[in-house]
Amino acid sequence: MSKAKEDNSFLKINRIKPATNAVFSVVMSVIAVLTVVPVVLVFIISITSSESLTYRGFSFFPLSTSFIAYNSLFKTGSQLVDSYVVTIVVTAIHTVASVLIMTMYAYVLAQQRFTARKFYTFVVFFTMLFSGGLVPSYIINVNVLHLYDTFWILVLSSMVSAFNIIVLRTFISTTIPIELFDAAQIDGASEFRIFGSIVIPLSKAGLATIGLFVLVGKWNEWFTGMLYIDTPKLVPLQTMLTRIQQQIDFIKNNSSLASSPDGMALLKNMPSEQTRMAILVLTTVPVLFAYPFFQRFFIHGMTIGSVKG
Amino acid sequence: MTAGVKESRKLGLGIVSSFKKHWRLHVLALPVLVYLLIFSYAPMFGVILGFENYSVAKGFFGSEWLGLRNFEFLFHTLDAWRITRNTVLYNIAFITVNTSLSVLLALVLNEMYLRKLSKVIQTMMIMPYFLSMSVVAIIVYAFIGANGVVNSIIKSMGRSGTNWYIYKPLWPFLLVFISAWKGVGYTAIVYVASISGISQEYYEAAVLDGATKLQQARYVTLPHLKHIIVIMLILSMGGMFKGDIGLSYNVTMNSGAIYEVVDVIDSYVYRALKTLGNTGMSTAAGLYQSVVGFILIMISNKIVRHVDEESALF
Repeated sequence: MSKAKEDNSFLKINRIKPATNAVFSVVMSVIAVLTVVPVVLVFIISITSSESLTYRGFSFFPLSTSFIAYNSLFKTGSQLVDSYVVTIVVTAIHTVASVLIMTMYAYVLAQQRFTARKFYTFVVFFTMLFSGGLVPSYIINVNVLHLYDTFWILVLSSMVSAFNIIVLRTFISTTIPIELFDAAQIDGASEFRIFGSIVIPLSKAGLATIGLFVLVGKWNEWFTGMLYIDTPKLVPLQTMLTRIQQQIDFIKNNSSLASSPDGMALLKNMPSEQTRMAILVLTTVPVLFAYPFFQRFFIHGMTIGSVKG
Repeated sequence: MTAGVKESRKLGLGIVSSFKKHWRLHVLALPVLVYLLIFSYAPMFGVILGFENYSVAKGFFGSEWLGLRNFEFLFHTLDAWRITRNTVLYNIAFITVNTSLSVLLALVLNEMYLRKLSKVIQTMMIMPYFLSMSVVAIIVYAFIGANGVVNSIIKSMGRSGTNWYIYKPLWPFLLVFISAWKGVGYTAIVYVASISGISQEYYEAAVLDGATKLQQARYVTLPHLKHIIVIMLILSMGGMFKGDIGLSYNVTMNSGAIYEVVDVIDSYVYRALKTLGNTGMSTAAGLYQSVVGFILIMISNKIVRHVDEESALF
């Protein structure tokens, strides 16, 4: 108690001058506000009226606002709903499966006396050093496994990360004393039992951290959809955003196409700029609202990640 | 460890009985093992595509063998030099800018004694880290698109707007800026966490010696951070050949006019595969990337071992 007090008073003595603190606070606040301003701009555009867009372009201060983009999205947004459903289902299955199988593997790697441990460690570690690259795995997924344009390619892609397994292994071997495993074994518990009733409950914090990283990563993944998905019903949210944006850009930059009747019809059916920004807002809101609650976990996760095993 | 080696040397019966005893552990390891065999190891053998003229009908083993012709073709174009240069230069720029900015911000955040304000600022600064590259691409478009904020300002001054997506000089700076905007908040918080792990006693001693705040940062905090920074720098050398396809392909809207300054190996491979359907050459480019990446990781690990054995990867 007195030690804590001492430390506190030392911290007080060793403070920067109030004036310096004021300057730091102002400068850092400005930087922090500037960091989030771009996202605010996108939100403002999504509620900018079309007239204001014609006169002023994108602006932080629209002449008038309108929620027509959101209205039309909720009325006719079947693509948005499909993409939302796919993204939620894929993210949920992927996260649970990924964390479960990686923890199982990490538990095996944490068994110091298990002779095959070295082999298993090498198998996962080598994938950090070398990879076959994008094209061979594309050819295998498409021509051998026939996963092109399927739900399962979305779930399965990047399900196992060597880095996460190593973090989980470190977490298990630093939080669970080896004596506990031994005691359980003497009591006749099988390795399945130990995994289910010791490893899982005791590494909840580690599982939550890794789970959040996996979840956010999957929610934000756009590349797998770009590479493998054609069917509109299966296009994830982020892929949908990129596709719409690039198609519109392509037509607009191709003046002969843009002025042709086909091109004009295509452009007319494309969502307006406000609508695209509204889609972006709806896509991002779940993550942005969730992250302040999870920030503690993320910081915790970064510190366990830095412990090398 | 030596016990393990000895154990495994009790051949034959030892392996069988060990397997009998521990079969459950093998079962637990099985899902990841199978996954890696299919999705990581099979593609490693798939790199033979780079040496042949692949056709779906003839398959991996029946396609025409070209030897090194795909590689010759790749390195005879200007592309190989261009994508290598861009990948490496962007990585150097990202690492230098992001590391120095986040250390600087961490030092400042650590000194602010209004803890609540500091927490709010950290929460705001980490926000872009959670945005996907698709979202970042559209945010960038909101600023520099045809109707974007920048053009609106230019137009309000009576001049006509520019198509920034074909304006080469902008992009190297813009991509480095975006990378910093997206990543610095996160790394700064990692550094704040490791600064808070430094024992107060060092600072007490420094104060007794009459050190000012600036001197404390210079002679206590930075030396403690130096270790982790050096290791991160050397390790990122291993990733020198990995491009960020999100920045180079997605944020640039795949605009052909600026390939020269933004194209990296990853975006090149993706385009060669999806647009041109050239599996041979894109595999060759990917293999080139993997092999050089492998060599770089080996070298950087050797250096880390030299600097600080504890931090070596293996």
